[in-house]
Amino acid sequence: MNIGIIVFPGSNCDRDVRWATEGCLGIPTSFLWHETTDLNGYDAIVIPGGFSYGDYLRCGAIARFAPVLNSLISFVDKGGKVLGICNGFQILTELGLLQGALTRNKNLHFICDRANLSIESTKSFWMKNYKKHHSISLPIAHGEGRYQCSHDVLKKLQDDDSIALRYADNPNGSIHDIAGITNKKGNVLGMMPHPERACDDALGNIDGKSILSALLS
Amino acid sequence: MSLFKARVFVHLRPSVLDPAGEATRSATKRLGIDGITQLRIGKSIELEIEAANKEEARSKIELMSDRLLANPVIEDWTLEFKDEQKTLIN
Repeated sequence: MNIGIIVFPGSNCDRDVRWATEGCLGIPTSFLWHETTDLNGYDAIVIPGGFSYGDYLRCGAIARFAPVLNSLISFVDKGGKVLGICNGFQILTELGLLQGALTRNKNLHFICDRANLSIESTKSFWMKNYKKHHSISLPIAHGEGRYQCSHDVLKKLQDDDSIALRYADNPNGSIHDIAGITNKKGNVLGMMPHPERACDDALGNIDGKSILSALLS
Repeated sequence: MSLFKARVFVHLRPSVLDPAGEATRSATKRLGIDGITQLRIGKSIELEIEAANKEEARSKIELMSDRLLANPVIEDWTLEFKDEQKTLIN
């Protein structure tokens, strides 16, 4: 089992993810510079949070043209597991691997807090260690986390059981309280909350550990 | 080759809430201006492009606008050319 973490200019949660996967779970983890195109030998790829390319234009809009992301599309087609956290989620939507888009928070604030969440689907690979409707709490830190999509896409997400997480108390105005979604196949998960910041007992919250430990089971 | 100057306006689709526009609109009241019923904020991207002709320039900018400058899920865009046009001497 090997995990690769894609590092863009401006990624700032790459080390947090590595601490969670390697430090807390003991899974060998490497950093992958965004110019790399070789994803062979990795079982899972994480796109971490941060401000790729300074978030100029739109969060994730410029990152989608990084060389590594062409390889990521083939990786996903072959069933490879991908987790996008925060800016990583934004990049996955810009890339079209996940539907919808992330827009400015409704109240215009950058929100740094803990969010109570409900597990809405356990269909995807990443959510298999949870029970449906289970409540968890995870840290959030974002300025553009308001998930938006058309009514058709929303219906498709519901029909495919692809809504993975919902906010209990919607902090950013996301449509239908959506905090995280998966692709139809369930190998790609994008979420605004940060599971990697809730994997270490020393931090007083390990609610995010089950997402990353799905890789071990 | 000629040099064309163009401007692309990117704005949120009418159905998408624009919180920055709403915040600005509410500030107009504090300024003492009544009657602003709608205020939405967009982006203006100015660019210069070398192309054989205006049609080629237009098609390149359209591709760029669809794929990079605007996210069609939430945004629309419009394109306008500026009149100044220079012929490049290579």
